[in-house]
Amino acid sequence: MEKTWNNKAWFMVLPVLLLVAFSAVIPLMTVVNYSVQDTFGNNQFFWAGTEWFTEMLTSERFHSALGRNLFFSFIILLIEIPLGIVIALNMPRKGWGVPVCLVLMALPLLIPWNVVGTIWQVFGRVDIGLLGHTLERLGINYNYVQNPLHAWFTVIIMDVWHWTSLVVLLCYAGLVSIPDAFYQAAKIDGASRWAVFRYIQLPKMNRVLLIAVLLRFMDSFMIYTEPFVVTGGGPGNSTTFLSIDLVKMAVGQFDLGPAAAMSLIYFLIILLMSWVFYTVMTNYDAER
Amino acid sequence: MARIDLNHIRHAYGPNPKSDKDYALREVHHSWEDGGAYALLGPSGCGKTTLLNIISGLIHPSHGQLLFNGQDVTNLSTQERNIAQVFQFPVIYDTMTVYDNLAFPLRNRGVAESEIDVKVRETLEMIDLASWSGKKARGLTADQKQKISLGRGLVRSDVNAILFDEPLTVIDPHMKWVLRSQLKQLHQRFGYTMVYVTHDQTEALTFAQKVVVMYDGEIVQIGTPEELFERPKHTFVGYFIGSPGMNVMPVKLAGGMAQIGAHAIQLPTPVTPADAKKIELGIRPEYIRIGRSGMPVKIAKVEDIGRHKIVRTRLENQDIAVIVGEGEDIPADPHITFDPKGISIYADSWRVGGL
Repeated sequence: MEKTWNNKAWFMVLPVLLLVAFSAVIPLMTVVNYSVQDTFGNNQFFWAGTEWFTEMLTSERFHSALGRNLFFSFIILLIEIPLGIVIALNMPRKGWGVPVCLVLMALPLLIPWNVVGTIWQVFGRVDIGLLGHTLERLGINYNYVQNPLHAWFTVIIMDVWHWTSLVVLLCYAGLVSIPDAFYQAAKIDGASRWAVFRYIQLPKMNRVLLIAVLLRFMDSFMIYTEPFVVTGGGPGNSTTFLSIDLVKMAVGQFDLGPAAAMSLIYFLIILLMSWVFYTVMTNYDAER
Repeated sequence: MARIDLNHIRHAYGPNPKSDKDYALREVHHSWEDGGAYALLGPSGCGKTTLLNIISGLIHPSHGQLLFNGQDVTNLSTQERNIAQVFQFPVIYDTMTVYDNLAFPLRNRGVAESEIDVKVRETLEMIDLASWSGKKARGLTADQKQKISLGRGLVRSDVNAILFDEPLTVIDPHMKWVLRSQLKQLHQRFGYTMVYVTHDQTEALTFAQKVVVMYDGEIVQIGTPEELFERPKHTFVGYFIGSPGMNVMPVKLAGGMAQIGAHAIQLPTPVTPADAKKIELGIRPEYIRIGRSGMPVKIAKVEDIGRHKIVRTRLENQDIAVIVGEGEDIPADPHITFDPKGISIYADSWRVGGL
């Protein structure tokens, strides 16, 4: 058959192109546009060049928000990953316990984020919250509204409560894929409980763990809703993470230029992190 | 190495077994000699893996006792029994090297590192993987992985028995043959007690000195490959071993003769079974001659499989398979005769008569 040669097939890409343009490219370019200009309202713009970027990168405020956010991600990873593994190891493999555990584990993941924030906001209140009230009765002067340490404690516990399930479910999926023969062989080889974990379970969970770390890092690095509802970023700026700071700057102070520059830097950091994880993961696969 | 006694062993997976049907293993009562090579042969679900796991201690039997060299080990754990087992799918520790894989069972038992080194190198020679010792185990082929699984058993010189649970399922056909003969060599050289589970009759018959045929949770016959072929104790053994299997047909017995429809066959020895519900005559296709005299048959199909032909015939309403040699021809009005040597009589499926 005679083949027709023309470039009409390119039109097929048009719908996707339009969709991506409106959903991603145009908003992003708007931000880029804001980041290099200054405005005092009235739709009047002045060229600012890299001024906002320099300001951002040297600003104490940005540095401390970034530091707080990295520290927060580090702490929750340190708690959620080992805790998730331990819970997954102790979940039943068969019987009626399996669906019960899975549903219990999935519940926190199904709750809308602002509701999670509200739950913990109420839970931690000294006057009516179960946690706050109990702690006070125990003689601990707990107050997450005024004490930065208590605010951090509350936000971290909330994140652990909300997201450990994800790590558990991923690890559990890795664990149940291990055939029984491995455990039987380990018994025959006289392996200890630790050796079984170290040489059978951990290697099989490797991949899912990497994904769990990636997801939890990204999510915690972009966290906004829950701490915003619980502490509003306070007391002071003690729980003001990057996204909370960004919203304060853009919506609260209407500093569109610096906020846009910060968005782009924030975006580039996340892009860089994703690339690092992706490279590590693909290298790991290639090695297998 | 040890002699293994299975003392009235029964096993049910569910709680509170009532009838025979609830038992995966109905009753096994046998002794396996020290240094013997046994194959457990039977169809899927006949209880052979259950029996193997009872021996290794992965399953605790519902009833009965297990003895190694006369010592009761029924309540000992797998580790304490000192057993090696090779599974259907190769089990290797991916993150370790080949060397470390073999050293693993010894290290777990606290053996000194210098002794481990000697044993591991020796075993690597035995399983032909000496040049791979420093490589990570995950890059190996299926048959090399299976050799490592085997090596982890061989490295412990004091194992009581080596158990194989269909170990060649995932191996390429030509490697199957190689591995099987290596196993046989190892057995001859070192005299391990080996128990080999399989559903492949060729594998069982070539590997083992004694084949244990299991059917429906019971051992129906233990014998040399020849005994299983010549004198199957149960019609199942007749069907299961041989290709095609034994012809089994209902008969009536009268005065030293067996009646198949209108035809009477002289039995080699007279049989008078007690009141059995069902009397059958079994004869292997190899013991039937096709010619111009005997019982007239119709030919349904001839399958030429190279060295011989399988002729599917019908005698009245009975399908009978006959094996005919390459050069022999099949007459236009075929008749068949049974060689008395190959005739067995079965009462309720168990052999009661024949040579």
